[in-house]
Amino acid sequence: MTGINLFQILNGLTFAALLFIVASGFTLVFGLLRIVNLAHGALYLIGGLAGYSVTQASGSVVLGAVAAMALVALLGAALERGLMRFVRAAELRQVLLTLGVAFVLDDLALVVWGGDTFTVPVPPVLQGAMKIGGMFYPKFRIFVLALGIVVFVALWLLLNHTRLGALIRAGVDDPEMVEASGINIRRVFLGTFMLGCALAGLGGVIGGAFLTLYPTADAEILVFSLAVVIIGGRGSLVGAAVGALLVGLLNSIGRVMFPELAYFVIFGPMALLLAFRPLGLFGKAA
Amino acid sequence: MATPISETVAGDGTRPRASRIAIWLAIAAAALLVLPLVLPSYQVSIATQILIFGVLAMSIDLLAGYAGRTTLGHGAIFGASTYVAIYWTAVLGGSIWTGIVFGILAATLLAAIFAVLAIRTSGVYFLLLTLALGMIVWGLCLRWTSVTGGENGLRGIGRPDFIADHVNFYYAVLLVVAPVTWAMWRFVHSPFGLTLRGIRDSESRMRSLGYNVPLHLFIAFVASGFFAGVAGALYALFNNFVSPSTVQLSQSVAALLMAITGGVGTLLGSFVGATLIISLENAVSAFTARWPTVLGTTFILIMIFAPEGVVGRIRILLSRRRKRLSSRTLN
Repeated sequence: MTGINLFQILNGLTFAALLFIVASGFTLVFGLLRIVNLAHGALYLIGGLAGYSVTQASGSVVLGAVAAMALVALLGAALERGLMRFVRAAELRQVLLTLGVAFVLDDLALVVWGGDTFTVPVPPVLQGAMKIGGMFYPKFRIFVLALGIVVFVALWLLLNHTRLGALIRAGVDDPEMVEASGINIRRVFLGTFMLGCALAGLGGVIGGAFLTLYPTADAEILVFSLAVVIIGGRGSLVGAAVGALLVGLLNSIGRVMFPELAYFVIFGPMALLLAFRPLGLFGKAA
Repeated sequence: MATPISETVAGDGTRPRASRIAIWLAIAAAALLVLPLVLPSYQVSIATQILIFGVLAMSIDLLAGYAGRTTLGHGAIFGASTYVAIYWTAVLGGSIWTGIVFGILAATLLAAIFAVLAIRTSGVYFLLLTLALGMIVWGLCLRWTSVTGGENGLRGIGRPDFIADHVNFYYAVLLVVAPVTWAMWRFVHSPFGLTLRGIRDSESRMRSLGYNVPLHLFIAFVASGFFAGVAGALYALFNNFVSPSTVQLSQSVAALLMAITGGVGTLLGSFVGATLIISLENAVSAFTARWPTVLGTTFILIMIFAPEGVVGRIRILLSRRRKRLSSRTLN
């Protein structure tokens, strides 16, 4: 074996799809609201665990995923309306506040679900393997890859071809002008924030099915998301996709070639990139 | 553009006179010297911990308060020093003193790497980048099992006999922390420190005045990493054990919270912050295992109600009173 084959590449791609789902929510909120939501990883974890519980109780993963997204979106709404309003327009205070929220949510997850490892069950339709290019590959991972593409297309259509998307893009460029033309920009902001959080919840359910959920899973997914957003540039959907692909593939190659230092392999390219483009590949100065 | 956490940093006109500072310093020194004679040994070890984390918090304040760069990677720099010091003594069988030196060197080197990558950014980007870099160190410590012992961590060989006792160790730490604090105080009040403050307030103006902004930030970051490394090496002696939880994010967060609680840009406020946060941790731990919740909640409350911190708030109140008094005499 030469080290890297189709299997690893597919692993990288499916991991990238998961990363994209989580990081797209992060970058959306970062780009529009200028909020760096460091509770995003905690929302991922809570979403995944809630999805697990609902799936166990109802027997339906779809229901679990919907419940997880709804719960996390509501948590996001509570965070945006309840706490962020006290620290508007103070970027650093916002970030540090969300960091505090992340600690509280993590601890809450530990109280409710305990410190065990959970795996969200995969529905029977997606169990087993399918044959791709002369080898067998788990169906569920192919599904995740497809879902990642669907989420990308849906978000792209939403941002570029709907009225809401136009409002969001206008809000990014000039919130005052949007407000002046009679739009309640705060409601658009809230909706975007909830959407971003819901994506973290969806990511949690999917990640829970193939990466499993454990108490430090939130920190791991957060640093991967940060790497994706730092590489891709804030607020850029295409950037998030490219960043997720880079980080996903590098991570899976790193795992094969340097098992103990896999975490380190995403660091090199990120550092190199930052030396030339401090705002990321697709980032624009604020 | 550098974004300080709170905009309200008292100006230089409000600084108390040197004689009054000397009196306060003498009182503080006397209190610190007498402390272990009156406290039970458990509290002495908490006081030692406060001194160590006070240095870590000051190293963060050096960047956050004086260069306008809030960092979340200092827990990793601190922990790297602890890891190296313990690895050197426990695994390689080296002497504790060379271990400390190598620990501090490793932290300084790590800080230099962080600095090269991070100094071009500012504000939230700087925060995110240092956070990601710190997390990479954490991931490395967690996964690189053959060297770091993974989640089991590494156990040290204990302190040398003459500082094995809690009270002796307290005095030894005090003996290190006092000159380190003085050095940091001199650092931030030197012309170099003034330049940093200039960069914090207006980077573009400093650049057009001909200052080499990236170089100043680099030196500040490396110096800050050196001091964090000193704290980390002391912690290796204090704790005699290191695991990924020493370098994890909550370490950086707790230390940053200490710096903020004390008051960003006040330097010595870090000791006030460290005292408050560590006392809170000990008080809370007696009743519940939910320390992360308390830490998170404290962070949220401080960000909403008192981002300028305790010492910062006192300074603001003092300067207001002084202004009132002076305006009264003018009228």
